[in-house]
Amino acid sequence: MSEHIVPPKIYVVIFLSLMVGTTLTVVAAFQNFGQWNIVIALGIASIKASLVVLYFMHARYSVGRTKLVIVCAVFWLGIMLALTLSDYSTRGPRESRLHVPTVVHSLGS
Amino acid sequence: MPKVHYLNATYGIRSWLLTTDHKRIALLYLAAVTFFFFIGGLFATLIRIHLLTPGGYLVTPEMYNKLFTMHGVTMVFFFLIPSIPAIIGNFLIPPMIGAKDLAFPKINLLSWYIYIIGGSFVLYSFSTGGLDTGWTFYTPLSSVYSNAAVTPAVLGIFINGFSSILTGLNFIVTIHTMRAPGMTWFRLPLFVWAHYATSIIFILGTPVIAITLLLAGLERMFHLGFFNPALGGDPILFQHLFWFYSHPAVYIMILPAMGVISEIIPTFARKPIFGYSFIAGSSIAIAVIGFFVWAHHMFLTGESTYAALSFSLLSYLVAIPSAVKVFNWTSTLYKGSISYDTPMLYALGFIGLFLIGGLTGLFLACLGLDIHLHDTYFVVAHFHYIMVGGAVMGYVGGLHFWWPKITGKMYPEFLARVAAVTLFVGFNLTFFPQFILGYLGMPRRYHNYPPEFQVFNVMSTAGASILALGYLLPMIYLTWSIKYGKVAGPNPWPATGLEWKTASPPLTENFHETPEVTWEPYDFGNRRDLGLVAGAPSLAPAHGDD
Amino acid sequence: MHRTGELFGQFETLEQQKETASLGMWVFLAQEVLFFGGIFLAYTINRHAYSAAFGVGSNTLDIYLGGANTVVLILSSLTMAMSVWSAHVGKKQLVTLFLILTLLLGCVFLGVKVVEYKQKYDHHLIPGRSFDITYCSNNPTACGLEGKDLAAEKEEVEKALAADPYLNSHAQLYFSLYFGMTGLHALHMVVGAGLLLWLIKQSFAGRFTPSYNTPVEMIGLYWHFVDIVWIYLFPLLYLIDRHR
Repeated sequence: MSEHIVPPKIYVVIFLSLMVGTTLTVVAAFQNFGQWNIVIALGIASIKASLVVLYFMHARYSVGRTKLVIVCAVFWLGIMLALTLSDYSTRGPRESRLHVPTVVHSLGS
Repeated sequence: MPKVHYLNATYGIRSWLLTTDHKRIALLYLAAVTFFFFIGGLFATLIRIHLLTPGGYLVTPEMYNKLFTMHGVTMVFFFLIPSIPAIIGNFLIPPMIGAKDLAFPKINLLSWYIYIIGGSFVLYSFSTGGLDTGWTFYTPLSSVYSNAAVTPAVLGIFINGFSSILTGLNFIVTIHTMRAPGMTWFRLPLFVWAHYATSIIFILGTPVIAITLLLAGLERMFHLGFFNPALGGDPILFQHLFWFYSHPAVYIMILPAMGVISEIIPTFARKPIFGYSFIAGSSIAIAVIGFFVWAHHMFLTGESTYAALSFSLLSYLVAIPSAVKVFNWTSTLYKGSISYDTPMLYALGFIGLFLIGGLTGLFLACLGLDIHLHDTYFVVAHFHYIMVGGAVMGYVGGLHFWWPKITGKMYPEFLARVAAVTLFVGFNLTFFPQFILGYLGMPRRYHNYPPEFQVFNVMSTAGASILALGYLLPMIYLTWSIKYGKVAGPNPWPATGLEWKTASPPLTENFHETPEVTWEPYDFGNRRDLGLVAGAPSLAPAHGDD
Repeated sequence: MHRTGELFGQFETLEQQKETASLGMWVFLAQEVLFFGGIFLAYTINRHAYSAAFGVGSNTLDIYLGGANTVVLILSSLTMAMSVWSAHVGKKQLVTLFLILTLLLGCVFLGVKVVEYKQKYDHHLIPGRSFDITYCSNNPTACGLEGKDLAAEKEEVEKALAADPYLNSHAQLYFSLYFGMTGLHALHMVVGAGLLLWLIKQSFAGRFTPSYNTPVEMIGLYWHFVDIVWIYLFPLLYLIDRHR
């Protein structure tokens, strides 16, 4: 770990940015952007996460090895998600493969 | 032998159960892993006896399902995965890199205790209702319909996963930060590279099976619906999550063995290894590419042609780095000064058997063939060639190669060679007929079979009894050698690694002073300190740090 | 291995020890990414398959409590970072203060989660035999709904039921994932709280100085990671189909 000491001012700026991001996420959720809602939500969340990683967790000031670990973790998560979704998206409709649920809970009181 | 070494430095059971010495922890693992090997072997014995006759008279079909499941669970999670890393890796990585211990000695001990606790849950499951889901735990059988003791088993494997994760963490950090001065990355023994690659898989793969089994266990306990179609869940999701780890897991099982072979071959060919950087790079390549191929276990689940094609192609790709290693080991032998000591017999056996196992994997990666061979004995033979013919031979060979370092004693060489040959013969007689059985159509995990398959099943069981002898012999004479074996000296072979400059057995802190490394690895031509000079290799053992 | 001062026996220098601790924690966090990643994958597959049910389920979550918790947790990350800074500049009392603040904020978060979980229990939204996604629209007073909320809610549930006759099972799937993901997260926070308690004890004894503050930094890394998980959980669980 480098001995670079991050001044509190930076932390406060990052905190405020995170607050802005949180507000934006909520406001955007109440607008109808169709299928873009999820993209916006994940996009803002990823920016917020990046700010936490870079500044609160000092990744910005860390050795290359630390950055490699972070990149690998995210990349491997990406492999798991991307390849699984690539299988799901190229299969037939789900209903044709599964039983329909046979356990129907009674509705109403 | 030095007067004070890691075995006699302190006495009493507490000094063992509360040790933080990586070498003692390795021996704790040796005891526990051997115990589980016996358990798994017991189940295998019952399976093979049952399969002697087509009628299946030894056990009921339900019991048979339990036998192959428990054999698989024990062998995969409690023997194959920890064997080389937790025993030989733990013992040797610090001296190989010139360190006094791993980066986190207490976490190392914790790993062992977690292994024991996980194993206890699984043994509890075995003895209170057994496990009949297959080691693959496919849902909804495992999460809903099975009447066996699934929950404690799943919990046990979940817990055991953290033992792997912490070991992998320890290795990665140690290899990065604890190398002695002069021990650059490209001077590291290939055994260390192999364990670094294995640790990448430990860290990035194991947590996924942890969460998967947790979800399956929660589903079973609370009737949730993640993987149960009746509640809207998806069994395919389970398979994706399961195989995302379990395919790379097979590379966890083979990479360390490949690391062992990379140490043995140059030593007994008295030659530097051919293509060091390619072997190092191929270990990393296997670890990385191995994460992209898992759905080749799911070709018959309704994958589209596109998905199946991509996974098939990637599976062919992952074979390339393995082939590179086989070429390089063989090239190392060329024009070498070969001696057929026991570790070399295991290494040579490994090359041949791994070749067959690996190539038959390519048969299975071929979509047109897999349709017919999936879930037959062809698959069983394929993975046993790699796991037993490969990984276990690497493990036993490695135990023999480093036995003098671990115990300070030599085992009886003639008997050891007999055992190696016995193992090789027994192994092939057990598993080669299974390739034929699979080709002829005998399904796996079936408690009985048509009479025309009996000949091959009888051959297989006969082979298994010879194989068992091949395992029992080393257990006996290795134990015998601890007390009665010849004193080995620091470097009996001689080999070139830094670990051979320590005493046999080593001091608790491995080195009196941190060594400084100025030589290249496997430099059999230029190691005066080993009595080896260019053109005139000597068999005289070197003086170590006595 | 013996220890002299802050240096453990297997290390040559304090610098090596610190480097080792840091790499160790980052590698551990990498593993945590994959651990949570598995359940995020399960969420992704199921949300895509049952978007109506996920929307209905998500709308039963209290966005104020969720939003407040998000602010609380991000604030606790700030106080944690400030604690590390205080150690770096040698202000020992501030280290303890900020650690205590972090712990308090963490406890607020957990307290709110307890309130939310209790609410789910009261509204028949715990997966199991008595799970009933239509409970609140059929029993508005029991759920504290009134007037226009009630009509909108009932209409929404009916529309979803029309689109998906097995809404109840699929909504149950949503809640299984909700409890699984937030439960796992909460468990990590409890562990974090325990670690903070240990840190506070040490800090109180004046243990952390500019030359030795590794435990504060490392546990800080863990705490920030737990915050990051929540940063994703909040929109994914609380903000589905809010625009309807």
